[in-house]
Amino acid sequence: MMMSEIDTLQLTRPLPFVGEAAPREMPARRPGHGAAVAIEALSKRFGERQVLSEVSLRIAPGEFVALVGRSGCGKSTLLRLVAGLERGDGGRIGIDGEAPDATADTARLMFQDARLLPWQRVLDNVALGLSGADARERAREALAQVGLADRARDWPAVLSGGQRQRVALARALVHRPRLLLLDEPLGALDALTRIEMQGLIERLWLEHGFTALLVTHDVAEAVALADRVLLVEDQRIAFDEHVPLARPRARSSAAWAAFEDRVLQRVLRQPDLPVRAPAPQPLGRLRWAV
Amino acid sequence: MTASLMQRLRPWWVPLSIVALWELSSRAGWLSTRVLPEPWAVLTACWRLTLSGELAEHVAVSSARALAGLAVGGGLGLLLGLLTGTWRAAETLLDSTLQMVRNIPALALVPLIILWFGIDETAKLFLVATGVFFPLYLNTFHGIRSVDAGLVEMARSYGLSGLALYRQVILPGALPSILVGLRFALGLMWVLLIVAETISARSGIGYLTMNAREFLQTDVVLLGIILYALLGKLADVIARALERAALRWHAGYQGATA
Repeated sequence: MMMSEIDTLQLTRPLPFVGEAAPREMPARRPGHGAAVAIEALSKRFGERQVLSEVSLRIAPGEFVALVGRSGCGKSTLLRLVAGLERGDGGRIGIDGEAPDATADTARLMFQDARLLPWQRVLDNVALGLSGADARERAREALAQVGLADRARDWPAVLSGGQRQRVALARALVHRPRLLLLDEPLGALDALTRIEMQGLIERLWLEHGFTALLVTHDVAEAVALADRVLLVEDQRIAFDEHVPLARPRARSSAAWAAFEDRVLQRVLRQPDLPVRAPAPQPLGRLRWAV
Repeated sequence: MTASLMQRLRPWWVPLSIVALWELSSRAGWLSTRVLPEPWAVLTACWRLTLSGELAEHVAVSSARALAGLAVGGGLGLLLGLLTGTWRAAETLLDSTLQMVRNIPALALVPLIILWFGIDETAKLFLVATGVFFPLYLNTFHGIRSVDAGLVEMARSYGLSGLALYRQVILPGALPSILVGLRFALGLMWVLLIVAETISARSGIGYLTMNAREFLQTDVVLLGIILYALLGKLADVIARALERAALRWHAGYQGATA
């Protein structure tokens, strides 16, 4: 029953694979594993400040959605609500029809800081929360997928920032989540490591077929990874567009540049500021103005 | 080779020359043995008491007292620290009381302790236990409270809760602070034991020195003082080794594992 629902959604979602050359050296996209996300009239306030009001959003199974916006616009809050780390003040969130549960295996969250336990070796960090006899074996496999099999016995303290995030990615993926939530996971990395990590995330997403929701303030990153880019602004989703680029995506293509520019212009558009009459200024200040 | 040996010996020059000067002035008769016995006399006293088995017995008795006090007081401090650190309700209920009691110096309790327990073993145990309780309590409480909230949130969202969360995240996070508490407690432990044994004892290093004082055996008195110093140092060395073993992951200790 659940499966058929997913299948329908899978069929109805628009396919981003149009134009440009066919994907090469990319794993075939595995369908059917991802969870569907449905958000209806979701509101959240912190004290007096309204962060989200009546946000509605549907994400198809296996879709990669990027949330962009200025800092403090509420995109991270939206992600934390989906992760079940915060509770909304109104509306509802369904992950395959279930309410978000921070302890459920369905969704896994990757934080901006890797949040590895410094007192556990890399392998034990990846195996965190796993149970069963094959836990370490599975952790080893996940670590190999992110290319860090040889660092299993190291302490997190000796890894670089990029390596730590790769361990965090392995730790998230070892649970075979059907929804991966990424909260600016590459925000603190240098430009080259970011591009490398984006490639890794895209490859693993295609391989595993999970649904992905990425929060980022880097428009280029959103365009590189996502099927769909959403802009969170004024407590709502102000912009929702499919990325018209086939995978693998070439950063140098004109289509890429055009789309990135369009999103960027939209993000940068100033909200209408209330016009205030200029206050009467003292003479001393006026002289500076002339 | 010889240069590096000289380098290594350099910190010992000052203490060695002091001992040499001291020995010299005793032999020359400038220093009365009633004030300070010569180092050689201390060594022979140590040898004599070792042969008779007295030394081992008194050291064993004192160490047993110290460790018993540490186990009772430190154990209670650790437990209460974990309790108040973990549950807000326990903190509200207990913490301000404990903070008030903390400001009473343990030694101020001596007259009361003698009234309550007399001068036997219980009194010594009680004094040491009250002294070591607070460093462990305060540092455990602080350690639990300063565990990175981000790590706890991460662990919860990865399905950890209850005991597993405690064992894998909260306790290891609080451990550096708890071990600092332990080192403070070990220092205090010996101070309080010396006081307790000096007040009255029928065995132990304190008894040894007080007894020697009666007979003007300054060499034995000095031996007792040196024994306390060595035992205190030993406790510190053990605590450091414990820290190194438990905090291998910590950046400050990383050099030792590489």
